[in-house]
Amino acid sequence: MNSGSCLTDESIKLDVKGIVKKATELNDFGHLLEHVPYAKFIGMGVERFGDELVFKLPAKDDNIGNPILPALHGGVIAGFMEMSAIVQLMVFMQTTKVPKVVDFSIDYLRAGYHKDSFAECKITRQGRRVANVSINCWQTNRKHLIATARAHFLID
Amino acid sequence: MNIGDEKDALTQMASRFVDQLTQCRKLKLEVLEGSGNHVLMELPYDKQLVGYPDTGVIHGGVITTLMDTASGCAVVCSIFDKFGLLEISPTLDLRVDYMKPAEPHKPVYGFAQCYKLSSSVAFTRAIAYQDSIDDPIAHAVGSFMRISPEMVGEEFRQALMGGSNE
Repeated sequence: MNSGSCLTDESIKLDVKGIVKKATELNDFGHLLEHVPYAKFIGMGVERFGDELVFKLPAKDDNIGNPILPALHGGVIAGFMEMSAIVQLMVFMQTTKVPKVVDFSIDYLRAGYHKDSFAECKITRQGRRVANVSINCWQTNRKHLIATARAHFLID
Repeated sequence: MNIGDEKDALTQMASRFVDQLTQCRKLKLEVLEGSGNHVLMELPYDKQLVGYPDTGVIHGGVITTLMDTASGCAVVCSIFDKFGLLEISPTLDLRVDYMKPAEPHKPVYGFAQCYKLSSSVAFTRAIAYQDSIDDPIAHAVGSFMRISPEMVGEEFRQALMGGSNE
């Protein structure tokens, strides 16, 4: 599908480079997430510590899957990690477009309980057209990962 | 999608399973079909789910949630069909390949199958599509850990069985 075919009335022309630049100047990367409805839908945020970005998914009732434990829906954890990787790429590669996911593979290591979750990303390899990113997600202890994932993205 | 008014028992159970999951209610996921070897569900388009604001395309994470839910639900249906037991299997891993973006303003369908049930692991595959299953948006493979039926709480069991005891 060419990008023009799905342009609709509500679509906005996004100046990705400008947004990233502004976020870097303000040192507020949450600014990037404000432009993405899905990031708001799950309620994620991001903080910068020096050269590192740490993503946060605060506990939210709507994100629950299994009501018995209760535990986060696995898909929400995956979506949170995928969005984290996209922001990581936008910030560190200074992309002009939002990277497109090609594949995403997640291993669930522990139940993600109904509490705050965090993620950090590592760009394992950045080629000319494709980037490989690995993402780790934890809750109370960074060493006790609840999920680990790797993904490929198309960059421009 | 079912013929006649009466949805069959597995479709109803799959429906009740998905309705138990808070995130799925938020996404308005609806089960269209459930059987011993497949599950089909529908994800309506919603502006809140957009991941690419310049095109209105929904976020890959939503497709992953659809795939995870459909695959997990296919496992529940498959186990129930085969053994008459209710087991809720957590996801071990899931890999999703994205072939093309989902077209905005149209629902996405998720078709999942549990193609192998071993004593401790269930293996699944799933396809997300819009107009035709032969023109997929995404393809997923997953594995799910089987846990004993006793791990399913009484409350959850009743919610799934819908009070209809056989």
